Amino acid sequence: MRAPITDLPVMFDSVTVRAGATTIIDRLTLTLASGSPTFVVGPNGAGKSTLLRLCMGLARPTEGQMTWGGRTDPKPTRRALVFQRPVMLRRTASANVAYGLTHADYPREKVAARTVELLERVGLSELAMRPARRLSGGEQQRLALARALARDPELLLLDEPTASLDPAATRSVEEIVRAAAQSGIKIVMASHDLGQVRRLAGEVVFMLRGAVLERTLADDFLKNPSTPEAAAFVRGDLVV
Amino acid sequence: MLDGLNAWQLISSGDAALFAIVKLSLAVSLSAVVLAACIGLPLGAILALTSFPGRSAVVVLVNAFMGLPPVVVGLAVFLLLSRSGPLGDLGILFTPTAMIVAQALLIVPIIAALTRQTIEDLWIEYRDELSAMDVGPFGRVTTLLWDARLSLLTALLAGFGRAAAEVGAVMIVGGNIDGFTRTMTTAIALETSKGNLPLALGLGIVLVAIVLAINAAAWGARVWSERQAG
Repeated sequence: MRAPITDLPVMFDSVTVRAGATTIIDRLTLTLASGSPTFVVGPNGAGKSTLLRLCMGLARPTEGQMTWGGRTDPKPTRRALVFQRPVMLRRTASANVAYGLTHADYPREKVAARTVELLERVGLSELAMRPARRLSGGEQQRLALARALARDPELLLLDEPTASLDPAATRSVEEIVRAAAQSGIKIVMASHDLGQVRRLAGEVVFMLRGAVLERTLADDFLKNPSTPEAAAFVRGDLVV
Repeated sequence: MLDGLNAWQLISSGDAALFAIVKLSLAVSLSAVVLAACIGLPLGAILALTSFPGRSAVVVLVNAFMGLPPVVVGLAVFLLLSRSGPLGDLGILFTPTAMIVAQALLIVPIIAALTRQTIEDLWIEYRDELSAMDVGPFGRVTTLLWDARLSLLTALLAGFGRAAAEVGAVMIVGGNIDGFTRTMTTAIALETSKGNLPLALGLGIVLVAIVLAINAAAWGARVWSERQAG
């Protein structure tokens, strides 16, 4: 038996990320623990995606420290990331999910049954044998969610998963995310859709130019944001 | 004109000598492709996914070796396998085995270079997703090779085309022995110089037809599997 390893909380200790002369994340200190869904909100270029990549361990701090459940090893044990444009492996939908399970060390003899369950959970049972790359954008995003859930995550990171989807597809993705949150998975989702924040978020982390300006409950953020930048963003003014 | 007519007669009457030559050529070149694929595919993939000092030099070298002259490869293998050579004790010079080895060496760089390029491009697309799924180095190589399978089929075809068409290497290490190591290309060269143009032409037609048929089959397989897996 493996000791139960946890990835939570994820702690950022004055983390800076630079690419050449550009500072993408600027001395960010933040703790993400279990609880209601956290929405990372802000204009394009605020550093939302980099924050999620740091959480996942795909990007490394230029300066500062990060820990996952107290460990400094970024190996993604109990977390998963769904990209804005997920890469579908050149196989069937079902094989994509099975791939995720296999690489999360799921017991080999149970992979087939679990794949069926996960596809059902995201409403893709009927498309199981379709080539993944032939699915629509919304279906691909749902498949990516199934593949991420295959990792049995405690922490599910989502990078604007509905940014290029129509309302119907957005709704089905949101339903899956909501169900995942209710089952106890910590959701950290980047978005710049305030309607989505209203529908799903428990708390909001408002980012601008690589720094966290505000962290409050979603309701408070939407009704009376405390910084002028956040107020402008909520009003729909252009914030850069 | 008359030569062409005679060539057709040889083919359509199922001339035994002609078909023995065709069979040997196919056996040698297909075995060489299988052998070269076992070396070239992993080599290309590893080259695509690793970085080490001197990697650029290796990439340039592999690319350059795509154009190796078959006679030079033949000569090198000849020197290795000849009685006084380092591998002379094997006693395989002037056998089909030696021809397979020579052709495989000739096409390993083609398969490795095309594989490297394909896998490198696919890795750019897959890197984040595979890292997020915590896929280890071995899993990366196998995943990328499998997901690039349709493109890699083209690399194998390029290798087969080169092996089936070359004459220099098999001539030197096989010796063009009648009924034993005579392939289509060496037979064409010999029969042409002897003035037996019908047989030479017949062999030429069969060779081109085989290359066409294999490419058509590969194309069909590609279209089919694209429909299966996108």
